[in-house]
Amino acid sequence: MTAPAAIHDRAAGLATKACTVNPLKMSQPLGAALAFLGIAGSMPLFHGSQGCTAFGLVLFVRHFRESIPLQTTAMNEVTTILGGGENIEKALLNIHKRAKPAFIGIASTGLTETKGDDVAGDLRLIKGAHPELDMPIVYVSTPDYQGAFQDGWAKAVTAIMEALAVPAPTVKGQVTILPGCHMTPGDIVELRDIVTDFGLSPIVLPDLSGSLDGHVPEDFSPTSLGGTTVTEIGQIGASEATIAIGEQMRPAAQVLTEKTGVPAKVFDSLTGLAAADELYAYLSALSGRPVPDKYRRQRSQLVDAMLDAHFFFGGKRVAIGAEPDLLWALGAWCKDMGCELAAAVTTTESPVLARLAAEGVRLGDLEDLEAQAGGCDLLITHSHGRQAAHRLGIPFLRMGLPIFDRLGAAHRVIVGYKGTRDLVFEVGNIFLANGHEWQPGDGAFDVLQDHRQGPAAGDATCAGVGLPHHSTRET
Amino acid sequence: MDSLANTVQQVFNEPACGKNQGKDDKARKKGCTRALQPGAAAGGCAFDGAKIALAPITDVAHLVHGPIACEGNSWDNRGAKSSGPLLYRTGFTTDINETDVVFGGEKRLFRAIKEILAKYDPPAVFVYQTCVTALIGDDIEALCKAASVKFGKPIIPVNAPGFVGSKNLGNKLAGEALLEYVIGTKEPEYTTPYDINIIGEYNLAGELWQVKPLLAELGIRVLACISGDARYHEVASAHRARAAMMVCSKAMINVARKMEERYGIPFFEGSFYGVSDMSEALREIARLLIARGAPADLSGRVETLVAREEARAWARLSAYRPRLQGKRALLITGGVKSWSVVAALQEIGIEIVGTSVKKSTKEDKERIKKIMGDEAHMIEDMTPREMYGVLKDARADIMLSGGRSQFVALKAKVPWLDINQERHHAYAGYDGMVALVGEIDKALTNPIWGQVRRPAPWDAKVAS
Ligand code: SF4
Repeated sequence: MTAPAAIHDRAAGLATKACTVNPLKMSQPLGAALAFLGIAGSMPLFHGSQGCTAFGLVLFVRHFRESIPLQTTAMNEVTTILGGGENIEKALLNIHKRAKPAFIGIASTGLTETKGDDVAGDLRLIKGAHPELDMPIVYVSTPDYQGAFQDGWAKAVTAIMEALAVPAPTVKGQVTILPGCHMTPGDIVELRDIVTDFGLSPIVLPDLSGSLDGHVPEDFSPTSLGGTTVTEIGQIGASEATIAIGEQMRPAAQVLTEKTGVPAKVFDSLTGLAAADELYAYLSALSGRPVPDKYRRQRSQLVDAMLDAHFFFGGKRVAIGAEPDLLWALGAWCKDMGCELAAAVTTTESPVLARLAAEGVRLGDLEDLEAQAGGCDLLITHSHGRQAAHRLGIPFLRMGLPIFDRLGAAHRVIVGYKGTRDLVFEVGNIFLANGHEWQPGDGAFDVLQDHRQGPAAGDATCAGVGLPHHSTRET
Repeated sequence: MDSLANTVQQVFNEPACGKNQGKDDKARKKGCTRALQPGAAAGGCAFDGAKIALAPITDVAHLVHGPIACEGNSWDNRGAKSSGPLLYRTGFTTDINETDVVFGGEKRLFRAIKEILAKYDPPAVFVYQTCVTALIGDDIEALCKAASVKFGKPIIPVNAPGFVGSKNLGNKLAGEALLEYVIGTKEPEYTTPYDINIIGEYNLAGELWQVKPLLAELGIRVLACISGDARYHEVASAHRARAAMMVCSKAMINVARKMEERYGIPFFEGSFYGVSDMSEALREIARLLIARGAPADLSGRVETLVAREEARAWARLSAYRPRLQGKRALLITGGVKSWSVVAALQEIGIEIVGTSVKKSTKEDKERIKKIMGDEAHMIEDMTPREMYGVLKDARADIMLSGGRSQFVALKAKVPWLDINQERHHAYAGYDGMVALVGEIDKALTNPIWGQVRRPAPWDAKVAS
């Protein structure tokens, strides 16, 4: 893990860098926690010091605008040295007492990995001593100093497979969907609808559309508000097929195939006409049904949208900072639309990076992206890119996680014909709004410079600029 | 005992802390942080606290030495505002990898400092220790010392790895770093008899700017704010102030007390929240400055300003009285803000149905008791489920709290207002209190509440 990262990140780039500036990356345990949050009645637990949990909590709360159940084994200096078994035990008992979860997912952190705690061993002892802890407890090793958010998600789902998937006689029409962490609850809802419209019944794992889709429950719950039930997880061995979205989900799908014999199909993206075509054709073949009229119509709408919009996409230079699978989905789509992928920065190793023929995709940070994005027509990354977009004076589209300064992050949809159609309009409108119009006298100026100085699309919200106590409401 | 353990012990021994005076030696050694409950803990780590306390120094680079977790998951998430430099909003971290964990991260840290100086040329670099790098034994103090010599720039170690304790401890350890390496290392260009320090104010949402014009009108200069909207050289020359005000409860009491001890700068503890608290703060500042030789007419000028501003504030607040009278608020927050805000809310007729005193000191509680007159209103610890219950049963009309419990209120379909760190509105000074009440009014009277509480048509039919 470490060596390849070093090659891309700190040696093969523009310069050898020891310091990450304006991180794009977030850590593995967070990705694991989010995966666990897609299980119904779940409580994710970080084995580490309390601060890691607090940061994760704040990050998710600001992105999803929801309460987030997330606990910590609250390790301190002394317990770290002595080993964390006792803290894990106390944490599990406390969580059981207070929240009665149906599922607990434990993710290790850099601290406890550095010490080398044997969590799996501890867990066996704890479960033996406390029969009341009868809910599934899944552990995943996610040191902060390896990989990134996306890896943590993928490892957590793989760990769930390893722990809970069992072979079962096939149920006709049942399919398992393994979404990558780049899919929003809205994406999942859309995909589920599509699959269901083919007469198939999907089990989605993890299912953030049940837990983090922003709904108002009838009563208060200290655990996740919905998601894949433990019972459903027990049934995924009975599916006819596994549909995995994103290269990150390939290992989990493979484990599932090995354990249950269910064949897997990995889609590296569901965004773009060709990518979506592949999905609908596959579902049609799997279900033995023709593609429903609704989706034929949507395809036609997407084609029309592409025809209407291509004038504004052709030759546009786009810079993207995102985790590998999201980078691939967006980057490949941008190129499909005639844009040039002028800069691409990502967080962790992935097979998709080689496929993405951008000039020097690199593992790096937002400083790298900013350095390469000058003069681009669009910057796409998570909310932390707002400062760079502002400095560069280029339009900014927030994608990925966290998005803490815009509403509705959970409901944005970019999958399938309809999702792609809406994305074409959204990005096309940004290009339209920021296109350069010739003014008398332009010939005398540096036009490009002039063009760049327009306000960044996403940053036009500073009402009352000029008064310090008003203009400070930074986007 | 290593130096960090030493510092932590010192901080726990803080003599100016009211809580400490009541403890015996053994209790004091155990420290103020109550033992954390695994599986039932909430709150940030010491690193978090240190970063909150120092990040508002706007022109320096804040470099976090550790794996991506500590900075990558948290940067650019706080509302401290700057009137100038923006370097403090740039996230710097060594983002250590597995090799560093095995062989030590010091080399990478050293190179990181060098890169930052070359690329961004800040007046200083603050280096934050975190759990993993502390555990593997990276000696940031020695390294920063060597780097300072080598590069000829102050490189300041902030030794508050997360696992030593709470956010509050981190605030204090950050203060220790300033005392040890920053304060007193530079001289101000000039001094006046009206120079003060403000300690423990972070300029969240720009609150300092609600207060500064008042001070400026009185001719009082903020020599250094520690650390809201601060520049490095201001903090470095803070030792020449004539007096100091410590805000935000006890977060940085060690800085205030040690500056009194070392440089003879008297301080008082005050608050900018609430009309009368603001006035009290101005009076206290004047009193301390006059005692140290400022012209005595300052006190008269303060009274003139206070009379004018209070009259203006109350006039504006009373406009809300008919709208807000009798509304019931649940106040979930810590320390200072509680009692300052309670007084102001009561003044316009809002009833406080409960306030949390989890983070409040004994004096705070005394004060709340005086203001509210009924101890039953004080809530030691309230689980989210209990909060939800109170709100759902309509025992409160609005909840004021930090972002963490926001959705407990909203899911109960009850108005909520952010009064903690991440808030977007500034509530300090006279204008701030009017702004706070204005926000409460907007939240309470928004027409959505009637709509969202209506049952769906299919449920309504069942009911009728
Ligand atoms: S607890 Fe330690 S590892 Fe976690 S965020 Fe705080 S300093 Fe970093």
